[in-house]
Amino acid sequence: MRSRTPLDLVEARPGPSFTVTFDGREIDAMPGQSIAAVLWSAGVTSWRSTRGEGGPRGVFCGIGVCFDCLVTVDGRPNQRACLLPAEPGQVIRTQEGTGHDER
Amino acid sequence: MSADPHLAVVGAGPAGLAAALAAAARGLRVTVIDSAAEAGGQFYRQPAQGLGARRPQALHHQWRTWEKLRDGLAAHIEAGRITHLKGHHVWCVERKPHAFIMHALLGPEQQEPAAVRADAVLLATGGYEKVLPFPGWTLPGVITAGGAQAMLKGGLVLPGRTAVVAGTGPLLLPVAVGLAAAGAKVAALVESADPKAFVAHTTTLTAHPGKLAEAAQYATALLAHRIPIRAHHTVVAAHGTERLEAVTVAALDADGRVRRDSERRISCDTLAVGNGLLPHTDLAEALGCRIDRGGVAVDEEQRTDVPGVWAAGETTGIGGSALSLAEGHIAGRSAAARLRNTQPDPGAWTAAARARSRLRRFFSALDTGYALPAHWTEQITDDTVVCRCEEVPAAAIREAVDELGAGDVRTVKLLTRAGMGWCQGRMCGPAVAGLTGGEQPPAKRPFACPVPLGVLARAGAPGETTQG
Amino acid sequence: MTGAACALYAARAGLRVTLVDRGPVAGGTTGAGEGNLLVSDKEPGPELELALHSVRLWAELAAEPGMGAAVEYERKGGVVVAAAPQGLAALAGLAVEQCAAGVEAVPVAADELHDLEPHIAPGLAGAVHYPQDAQVMPSLAAAHLVRAARAAGAGLHTGWTVTDVLRTAGGAVRGVRTDHGDIHAPAVVNAAGTWGGEVAALAGVRLPVLPRRGFVLVTEPLPRMIHHKVYAADYVADVASDSAALQTSPVVEGTAAGPILIGASRERVGFDRSFSLPVVRSLAAGATRLFPFLERVRAMRSYLGFRPYMPDHLPAVGPDPRVPGLFHACGHEGAGIGLAPGTGQLIAQVLSDKTPDLDLAPFRPDRFPEKEAE
Repeated sequence: MRSRTPLDLVEARPGPSFTVTFDGREIDAMPGQSIAAVLWSAGVTSWRSTRGEGGPRGVFCGIGVCFDCLVTVDGRPNQRACLLPAEPGQVIRTQEGTGHDER
Repeated sequence: MSADPHLAVVGAGPAGLAAALAAAARGLRVTVIDSAAEAGGQFYRQPAQGLGARRPQALHHQWRTWEKLRDGLAAHIEAGRITHLKGHHVWCVERKPHAFIMHALLGPEQQEPAAVRADAVLLATGGYEKVLPFPGWTLPGVITAGGAQAMLKGGLVLPGRTAVVAGTGPLLLPVAVGLAAAGAKVAALVESADPKAFVAHTTTLTAHPGKLAEAAQYATALLAHRIPIRAHHTVVAAHGTERLEAVTVAALDADGRVRRDSERRISCDTLAVGNGLLPHTDLAEALGCRIDRGGVAVDEEQRTDVPGVWAAGETTGIGGSALSLAEGHIAGRSAAARLRNTQPDPGAWTAAARARSRLRRFFSALDTGYALPAHWTEQITDDTVVCRCEEVPAAAIREAVDELGAGDVRTVKLLTRAGMGWCQGRMCGPAVAGLTGGEQPPAKRPFACPVPLGVLARAGAPGETTQG
Repeated sequence: MTGAACALYAARAGLRVTLVDRGPVAGGTTGAGEGNLLVSDKEPGPELELALHSVRLWAELAAEPGMGAAVEYERKGGVVVAAAPQGLAALAGLAVEQCAAGVEAVPVAADELHDLEPHIAPGLAGAVHYPQDAQVMPSLAAAHLVRAARAAGAGLHTGWTVTDVLRTAGGAVRGVRTDHGDIHAPAVVNAAGTWGGEVAALAGVRLPVLPRRGFVLVTEPLPRMIHHKVYAADYVADVASDSAALQTSPVVEGTAAGPILIGASRERVGFDRSFSLPVVRSLAAGATRLFPFLERVRAMRSYLGFRPYMPDHLPAVGPDPRVPGLFHACGHEGAGIGLAPGTGQLIAQVLSDKTPDLDLAPFRPDRFPEKEAE
């Protein structure tokens, strides 16, 4: 038996999916999902390394309060993955440290 | 432009919507300003439209109440009485003579500004989760209970396949049931409260048949999903390297200390933790509103002590969606009368006022029952990161207290940077207060969210365009 | 900060010291500052001498084992920029006078400015570089100086409020009364900063210390993109001004921890702690003019503090001739962190009946009229 998914539960009929890239890899996204939701769906749970210890981080609060899920999207660092909707063709990158280039 | 008084409502959750509907129905022009893409707040968070959910109610409780709010909002928007500004993150409410200006950042990127001018403001900014550190809590896969729920309700996703739900408080039940219903295996529901603690409040708690029925529904659902409940237990540590692999759970003794002999390891890839909610009070604090026991202090009409500022819902103290609806309704009616320079008639909202008193009593009884392990700070090892943003370990906080003469949260922050990072102490505040051995003081955050300096440089400057 | 430095130098001079504060360590103006150790913003005169002396002492302190890193001491240097040629001429003139007084000041031509600060706005007229300017993290500095003072034997009572200055029948100081009991001592040093006037009043003397409010804006953490303390030439004029009205001039610097700090506003509004959007707006505007890349950098918070302002912009340092045994070490306005070690050492010297390294006459606490002139 196929295991149940959240989509089944609410009888979802998502619009046409599209792709984004995460660290160069193409992954599928459904319209309206946040970047965090898209990454979770692809089995990715961390997309930032901290500026002190370099530890992995991903979603923590899920509602935009904790800033743990910061990620670089289309070259812009420090975007909250839990708030930012996925858009076709987005280039999502693991964010290192402050997210700003060392210049 | 209409001459009707203009009320800005910040927040489109149950409190904000109830307030907006009550005020608009009584002739005010209302602008609802909210950060999300859809109304509903955290409690009625809706799946993104593109996901085409035909039965979103499968993830919700009290759906009929939501339908009423949603349809009421739509009708007022249609009639031009309510404007709903979505995707507006209000970072500051500025008080001007006879007016307020809501300064907001637009959309998820939050780079572009928007400003709304109104005659009065009603703060319904809700709450966020209270979390406490333990070894391993920064591992990916450890999320807040509310976060798990938000990701599920909004994005229809699960963080993994096997989850443990832990902490204390009434939110854990719906989260565990929601995760299980959506297909996750919930390996344990770990609640630190001692079931015996609720006995003393039986009278208050059983005075709410609706709440009892709700509890019974959850109990049935837990059984149906075969979710083991471990009451008077706590998560001692989370394990893993790149992500969560297991947690150690232990029983608490009569003093609330961990019983080491009871420790057992549970394999899981998700840990959803929460210890109740904390009110979002930043906008109110920056306006100078008095804060009482963590929430915005309000009078019988839900007025704060700053003229022209009302507050309703979790921002005034945690009490759930039904209380938020009652408070919002009263606040909206009070504002509608006061902005027309008339005395409101409390007799017109007696039902809401009664519900408000009853629910406040109920949550206060619930709150004394749900409790953190009495000695939770002992579980925080020296190398446990307490401030997630600035990566401040417990050892640094203890050193500041024991050796550098810091006896309060503010000094600990200055000496360790705990609370100075992106989240501005929202996550570590309770833990730092616990480790310092004091109360958590009002945080004083002049910006409710980070603001680009270019936006700040022009905010409220002459020539800035405002709506309203 | 000043109290911590006084306690440290006095304890190291062999005196028995008890440090009393009604709040925590760094709970007053210290915790609300930026930690400037500046010579660049001072015109030749007694304050500059005290600053030069203090800069040397800070370097000595920072060289003690573990201290420099603990207090985040950084000799980053200051860069004062002028937007227009007239401003630059005035700035260069001041630099010449400062050099004569012992300050290192190096003129920087417009086309050299980007070598010092690669992200600075184009089109500025020029600048002066002050290599001696340095910075510490002020709260850490106070806490670690207190720790060192305790290691040298000083006692510490935080959360104790001084309610009276005890005096003999002849009027000489014999200690202080606190809400936790009396502390007896033949000498009392008033290092209460912005609240120094209140402590002086307890001893029956007038010391006109007034609060001058300042806001600081703090950005998100960044890699080091601003290398010096960079400020506009108007800052010197604002510091020297007597006006109660709001003045802001941009002062921008990176920190060891990552965030950029943006000051500086000055206004005399009493002890009003309410947030002021117009003030921080003006700080943000000034900073983005100096460093355009800051437009998209986010401000995370702001804080405010009250500088201890005295009408002639000089601190009160030394014995009070009106009350034997009473010493003052307060009123350093926005320079208290920088001037603290010099002040502490001078106080320790006069407490030990030694000749102070600097002439204390300009800092006499009784130099003001007994009655408010305004």
